[in-house]
Amino acid sequence: MLRIRLVEEAIAARYVDQEMRCPVHLSVGQEATAVGVCAPLRPEDKVYSTHRSHAHYLAKGGDLKAMLAEIYGKAAGCCGGRGGSMHLFDTSVGMELSVPIVGSSIPLATGAALAMKQRGEDNVAVVIIGDAAIEEGVFHESMNFAELNKLPVIYVCENNLFSIYTSLNQRQPDRPITDLAEAHGVASGQADGNDIEAVCSTMAAAVGRAREGGGPSFLVFETYRWFEHCGPNMDNHLGYRTEQEFENWKGRDPVAAARAALIQSGAGDEAALATLADDLSREIDAAFEFAKNAPLPGPDAAVQHVYA
Amino acid sequence: MSMPDTSNSMAGDGEPLANARLINYADAIREGLATAMENDPSVFLMGEGIADPASFFGTTKGLLDQFGAARAVEMPIAENGMVGVAIGAALSGQRPVISLHRVEFALLAIEQIVNNAAKSHYVSNGRHKVPLVIRMIVGRGWGQGPEHSQSLESIFGHFPGLKVMMPTMPMDAKGMLIAAIEDDSPVISIEHRWLHYSEGHVPEGHYVTALDGPAVLRPGGDVTIVGTSYMNLEALRAAEVLAEVGCEVELIDLRMVRPLNMAPILESVGRTGRLLTVDSSWAAFGTGAEVCAQVAEHAFSALKAPPRRMALANHPTPSSRGMVPGFYPDSISIAQAVGELCGLSASDVGAVVSKLVEMNGDQPIDTPNAYFKGPF
Ligand SMILES: Cc1ncc(C[n+]2csc(CCOP(=O)(O)OP(=O)(O)O)c2C)c(N)n1
Repeated sequence: MLRIRLVEEAIAARYVDQEMRCPVHLSVGQEATAVGVCAPLRPEDKVYSTHRSHAHYLAKGGDLKAMLAEIYGKAAGCCGGRGGSMHLFDTSVGMELSVPIVGSSIPLATGAALAMKQRGEDNVAVVIIGDAAIEEGVFHESMNFAELNKLPVIYVCENNLFSIYTSLNQRQPDRPITDLAEAHGVASGQADGNDIEAVCSTMAAAVGRAREGGGPSFLVFETYRWFEHCGPNMDNHLGYRTEQEFENWKGRDPVAAARAALIQSGAGDEAALATLADDLSREIDAAFEFAKNAPLPGPDAAVQHVYA
Repeated sequence: MSMPDTSNSMAGDGEPLANARLINYADAIREGLATAMENDPSVFLMGEGIADPASFFGTTKGLLDQFGAARAVEMPIAENGMVGVAIGAALSGQRPVISLHRVEFALLAIEQIVNNAAKSHYVSNGRHKVPLVIRMIVGRGWGQGPEHSQSLESIFGHFPGLKVMMPTMPMDAKGMLIAAIEDDSPVISIEHRWLHYSEGHVPEGHYVTALDGPAVLRPGGDVTIVGTSYMNLEALRAAEVLAEVGCEVELIDLRMVRPLNMAPILESVGRTGRLLTVDSSWAAFGTGAEVCAQVAEHAFSALKAPPRRMALANHPTPSSRGMVPGFYPDSISIAQAVGELCGLSASDVGAVVSKLVEMNGDQPIDTPNAYFKGPF
């Protein structure tokens, strides 16, 4: 979580240099969902993500240098510079795809689960989506199919309450989101998305069920994004959310909460955590230097890979 | 055929156009929407983020306050449903205008657009009408990448029953939008993000620009260029510099992909004998392909050289700026193509290219050049 936080803060700080010439959607404030969802997964389990994919990519074990190089548009990027920050993937660790079209990856994860079942594997497919994606028809089409076929797929909704600047209550009636799954006969779960332990245990239960042939699950984790929807700045001044709401959520900082829990449990102390932060900062600085200095791909590269 | 944007043109009340205010394309659209809504209570807006502070790149700014939430309807993220709902409302006598932040999001709604919007009038033997406008915005630059930057007009242009417009000039952006809203058929409007910044003389109040097709942006006798959307601005610049070496380009802004009015193009090619199309999408099965095919069918004997298409390179749009050089036609590649078509000397082409390179300066490839702001 701390690593993701520091990476995202570094992206925000360096974005003004105008060298990362692609849109970035940061998930500072949402780290516990990404990490809690990916922690119970094996490398062979497949994760599908959205436009807000940095945290998912890192939590699943993606290569930091390759991610930053992608955001800088470099040939060494995880998509060779083709995709930018909304298309992060690293199949070697099961970070399968990120797709910026809302809802677009939901059937892909469902299809991966179908393939796993057909091949007799006990892996699971996970798709992490925002609260807006459940408004798309394909969410319902996929859940219906997954339940019908008892597929090992987990639909994870990172409910950060906003779709760009439009709040949940402007887009959906007041009802438990988990009811959507229940109506399809899909098992559902819900937890505080800023509590790493709660996310992790809810996810682990769903993963266990899926591995044993119990079928799909739909999990909802409430959390909050601190930065603007897209870009490195704060945007509270626009008035689409109140300063009070923002401060309340900031008070529930998942990284600070995890840190406090570690110290309290005796699993870590101030000195160890400070050393960790220093090590991470060095790693991150080195990865940025790598990305900045890596060569841009040339136009010749653009014509490759149109067909397999 | 509509006339070029010159001082002879008249704005709404017979006022010379050059006296009209200079405003940008995004504001022209906002005015068009507001004017249509003021004129007709059945006109309403619908979209994802219609109420948000960014207001569709400024094009719907203030309309929620002015007209209220019943006429500026916020939508869940559900494109196929949204378009279908709008078609249902249109069939029932309302005039919805939908805005999509990116043309790609319309792909989720293609079923409703193609099966219901395009055909309802036809299958009902003319009884049903679908007075619907769907604005779709083409992104470009700043690493928008493969799913936020495509220009998909030829997909929609394929279907009888849809009208597809691509205004280039701010005056057309307002006048054609009002015409589209007042039209009883479904109209797809493709807006290029880089045009939003461009300024031009735009009359105040209500006026319509007929959805009748091409407009000459610059008259000339040596070669006909048919451009769409933002590509017209690149072609215009090339044409200005080509004129300095005596090569006169007739630049035609296609404006309507469907219905495609070929008459002004055939007339122009009849005079120049040479045709170049410059597309904002891919060449194959594209708008330029259709224009070239029709010229070959109907004006073959006028051609002094094979017609030529310029369009995006044959691959998806890469995010990295490193891969973008050469991907989009630009003033330089357009000038070079004209040079080949017209048999200009190497030294003339060289002079034109050096001038264009100098004019472009070291402008980054992924942001709009100040030249393209106009005024046009
Ligand atoms: C099909 C489609 N419609 C609209 C958009 C524009 N869009 C990009 S991100 C976004 C908000 C999505 O919100 P949510 O799914 O809750 O994820 P969050 O950004 O909050 O993480 C929207 C509407 C899109 N990318 N794809």
